[in-house]
Amino acid sequence: MSILIEKLILYFEYPFVRYALIVGILIALCSSLLGVTLVLKRFSFIGDGLSHVAFGAMAIATVMKLSNHMLLILPVTVICAILLLRTGQNAKIKGDAAVAMISVGALALGYLLMNIFSASANLAGDVCSTLFGSTSILTLTKTEVWLCVALSVVVIAVFLLFYHKIFAVTFDEDFAKATGTKADQYNLLIAVIIAIIIVLAMNLVGSLLISALVIFPALSAMRLFKNFKSVIFCSAILSVFCAVLGILTSILAGTPVGSTIVAVDIAAFAICSLIGGIWGGVKG
Amino acid sequence: MAQLTCNNLTIGYDGKTVLKGLNFSVNSGDYLCIVGENGSGKSTLMKTILHLLAPLEGSVIIENKQHSGGIGYLPQQTVVQKDFPASVLEIVISGCLNRCGLRPYYSREEKQLSRENMEKMGISHLSKRCYRELSGGQQQRVLLARALCAAGKMLLLDEPVSGLDPKATAEMYELIQKLNEEGITIIMISHDIGTAVNYASHILHMGNPYFFGTKDEYLDSSIGKAFSTQDGGSKA
Repeated sequence: MSILIEKLILYFEYPFVRYALIVGILIALCSSLLGVTLVLKRFSFIGDGLSHVAFGAMAIATVMKLSNHMLLILPVTVICAILLLRTGQNAKIKGDAAVAMISVGALALGYLLMNIFSASANLAGDVCSTLFGSTSILTLTKTEVWLCVALSVVVIAVFLLFYHKIFAVTFDEDFAKATGTKADQYNLLIAVIIAIIIVLAMNLVGSLLISALVIFPALSAMRLFKNFKSVIFCSAILSVFCAVLGILTSILAGTPVGSTIVAVDIAAFAICSLIGGIWGGVKG
Repeated sequence: MAQLTCNNLTIGYDGKTVLKGLNFSVNSGDYLCIVGENGSGKSTLMKTILHLLAPLEGSVIIENKQHSGGIGYLPQQTVVQKDFPASVLEIVISGCLNRCGLRPYYSREEKQLSRENMEKMGISHLSKRCYRELSGGQQQRVLLARALCAAGKMLLLDEPVSGLDPKATAEMYELIQKLNEEGITIIMISHDIGTAVNYASHILHMGNPYFFGTKDEYLDSSIGKAFSTQDGGSKA
C-alpha cells in the first residue's frame, strides 16, 4: 500500500498529472449535472451523437491545419446540438433516428477526411486516441486547463441559476410552456451546455465513451434516490468519485484513462443497482 | 365578464384544420365541459387556448392575464413522468415558476402557496414521497396542486379522470367542484358526458356542427338528447 502511495506522490510532482486530475474532476462534475436531465428527457444518446460530430469537426480542423481546434469544434457541435434538440417535437425524422443519422454520418466523414488528407504517419493511432482519448488528457497544456476551468464554471453557474427551470422543463414541457416559462429557450440552453461539456470531455475519455460519463452516474443515482435534488447531488458526487478513482488507477496500472473511468462507472452502477434492489425490496 | 373569448377560431396542427369557425366565451366562475368524439379537436382546442399551438384563424382572448396570474393546466400524463425521480413537493412548487421571473430560487410566499395547495388537495402527508410511487388518483392531485400554484382564476383540465378507478374518479370530480365553488373558472375535457352534465354549467360539444350553450340548452338540443340518452342507457 505504502509503495502505491509513494508512487502516486511521485507522479503528482508532474504538472500534467495534476492537470489531468483537475480537468477530469471538472468534466465529470459537469457531465453528471446535465446527465440526469438528458436521461429523463430520453436523450441518452445525444451525447454519443454530438461526440461523433465533434470528432468529425476535429478531423476537418486537422485537415485545415487550424492552430486551435477548439475554435471549429465548439461552434459546430453547438449548432448540431441545437438542431438535434429542436427536432425533438415536430420533425419529419424523429429524435432517435436524427441522432443516429448525424452521429454515424459525422463519424464516417471525419474518418474519411482524415484518411484522404492526413499527413500523419500514424493515422490509426491518431484516430484511436481521438475516439478513446487514450493519451490526450496527459498532454494538456496550461491554456487548455484554464479553458476547461472557465467553461466548467460557466456550466455549473448556469445550472445552479436555472436549476428550477431545468427541472420544470424536464418534468413537463407543455405545462411549463402553458404557464409562461420559455421552455424553448431553456431547451436551447441545455443543448448549448451539453455541446460544451462534450467538447471538453473529448480530451478526457475520447469521443466514443462520452455517453458513459453522461448517463452512468445519472442512472446509478436514480437507482438509489427518489427526488430530483438528491439524484443530482448523488450523481455529481458519484461521477467525480469514479473519475478520480479511474484516473488514479489508470496512472498506477498504466491502463487507458477513458476506458478505466468508464469501467469504474459501470462498477458503480452495478453496486447502486444492487443496493437499490435490496433497499426497495425491504421497503416495498 | 368574459374571461376567455374565442372569436371565429379555426384550430388545427401541422397545417391541418380540425375545426372551423368556433365562437364561444367563458365567464368568470363558469364550469365549462368540452365533450366530443375522439379526434374532434378537444385537445387541440385546449392547446390553442394555452398558446401551445397557434390558431389557424381567428383569436383567443384572455382577459386580465396579468391580473389574474397564469392559467393553471392539468395535462394528461406523459411517459416521461412515469419513472421520474421527483418528490411531490418538488413537483407542486414547480407550478410557482412563472412567478419567479429570473429569480433562481423560490421565495417564502411561493413555498407557503404550494403548502396551502397541497393542503387543499389533501396530499400534505405525501410531500416527501416519490411521485412515481403514488396511486393514479394521488398523482392527479399532485398535478392539480401544481396547476393551482400556477393558476390565478382559471384551470384547464385535460381528461382529469382518465385511468382512475371509480372511487378516485368521484373524489376528483368532487375536488374540481369544490374549486369551482371557490370561484375558479373550470374548463375541462371529458369523455364522460353523464358526469359533464352533472357538474358543468356550460357544455361545448365539439363536432360539425359544434354546440355551445348552458347545460339545460344542451339537454334540450337534438345533439345533446342523442348523446345523453345514449349515455343514460348504458348506465342503467
